[in-house]
Amino acid sequence: MNAMNFIYAFLMLVFVFIFQTSLTGFNRKVTARLQKRYGARWYQQFLDIFKAMRKDSTTHGWVFDFGVIMALGGIMATVIFIPVAGFRAFPGTDNVFVISYLLAVGMLGMAMSAAGSGNPWASIGVGRALTNMLAYDIPLMIVIFTMIFAFDSASVGELAKMQQGMGILGWNAFRMPLGGIVAVIALMGMLGKKPFDSFIAPAEIASGPMVEYGGKHLGFMFILHEFMTFIEVSLIINLFFGGGATIWEYMLKYAVLYTFTNIVSGVMPRFKIDQAVKYFYRVPLAMAIIQGIVVIFTGLGVTIWF
Amino acid sequence: MVLDKKDTRNIWEKIGDYFSANSIWMKWYCTGCGAIEMPPTMTSRFDMERLGMGPMATPRQADVLLITGYLSTKTLRRVIYSYEQMNSPRYIVGFGSCTINGGIYYDSYATINQLDKYLPVDLYIAGCMPRPEAIMNGFAALIEMIKKGEANGWRHYQENYEWYKKNQLESLGEVIINDEFHE
Repeated sequence: MNAMNFIYAFLMLVFVFIFQTSLTGFNRKVTARLQKRYGARWYQQFLDIFKAMRKDSTTHGWVFDFGVIMALGGIMATVIFIPVAGFRAFPGTDNVFVISYLLAVGMLGMAMSAAGSGNPWASIGVGRALTNMLAYDIPLMIVIFTMIFAFDSASVGELAKMQQGMGILGWNAFRMPLGGIVAVIALMGMLGKKPFDSFIAPAEIASGPMVEYGGKHLGFMFILHEFMTFIEVSLIINLFFGGGATIWEYMLKYAVLYTFTNIVSGVMPRFKIDQAVKYFYRVPLAMAIIQGIVVIFTGLGVTIWF
Repeated sequence: MVLDKKDTRNIWEKIGDYFSANSIWMKWYCTGCGAIEMPPTMTSRFDMERLGMGPMATPRQADVLLITGYLSTKTLRRVIYSYEQMNSPRYIVGFGSCTINGGIYYDSYATINQLDKYLPVDLYIAGCMPRPEAIMNGFAALIEMIKKGEANGWRHYQENYEWYKKNQLESLGEVIINDEFHE
């Protein structure tokens, strides 16, 4: 580890911000077309973020301020450990557990900051967000632990590399079809796409955790959201869709998967939070357990396609 | 105080105004009948997202407070609370003739006639009600005003706070509150 690693990490953050923000702008246009609208400009998301950073901002005490910085710091630190198309800013540190624990720093920072605003809608939103996390995390973690057991590695980069070179059938989404479906459903929950967006419901709880954010705080939250989206989609791409041999392949897969979740989200109504939990604990959890039993006791999925 | 029309903004304020003009988030204060004109403006026929405009959930997140129609003295208090929660630069758009001169409620005992006396309105959209075409036209004008740095209502409110405060108190009158916090 030397100075170059840190420069790579910084460049990666810049790349991720530009790429994911542009893609969000593109997806706003996709959503608009689904609704037969023309939609915003593709760079609208940049304008929104810079506009928010330009405004004045109201504080609600140091917990509120500190939570924003802690969340952004934690999430940016997590981005650095995500392997992108075989590239790692700090080689050998891309463990699943490292990523999931660092991600928790960001999530808790967000929860702390929102609760620190003292607004009851924010507390309801945070409560729903954590409930939602508990719902999607258990099926997803069962599938990921199964994969770690089967391939004997917890490195996200290694797991991605093992799927390459065999064409599309080498992807874990096809080796373990049930696990792949669980992963995509859990991704919808992670990204807060409909039908799992009850924690940010703007018309019911006034955008939930975001209710007291304005100006620069809101700008930080938008940037944080772009980074978080990148982490979540990247995990699924690396673990289930074979990562990418080149950066272009990776970006293409990423854009397709992210746009897919947006298109599904565009035609869905919204679950209540208890319905979302019941759904996750009924369908995806059953599928994850069946997948785990199949892989662990028969070895099918590790060896079937070749 | 600058008396001539020369542009006194520095480069950062100009860049900031460019971003503000192209990304307008609105809080709709929908007390009057004007609220019904907003859904067609937002959806596929007129599609205000083309100009970067969109509704937001709370005053904290919003740039524009859109007041759609008449205000009773009771709702005026809430509008003032909402406005003071917003972060500057913030703008107010008065919507329909009720905010200009009282409209058809000009002689009502319970409504205010002229919104400009209580809050700094940057732009009025006249009509009873203004059609979506008029709304889009009005917001195009607001965007131009922000770009040129002419939408300075929020600064005017800060500088003339006593005058606004006096009008607000006169209109709201004395309030007797009976609850556990005030006894």
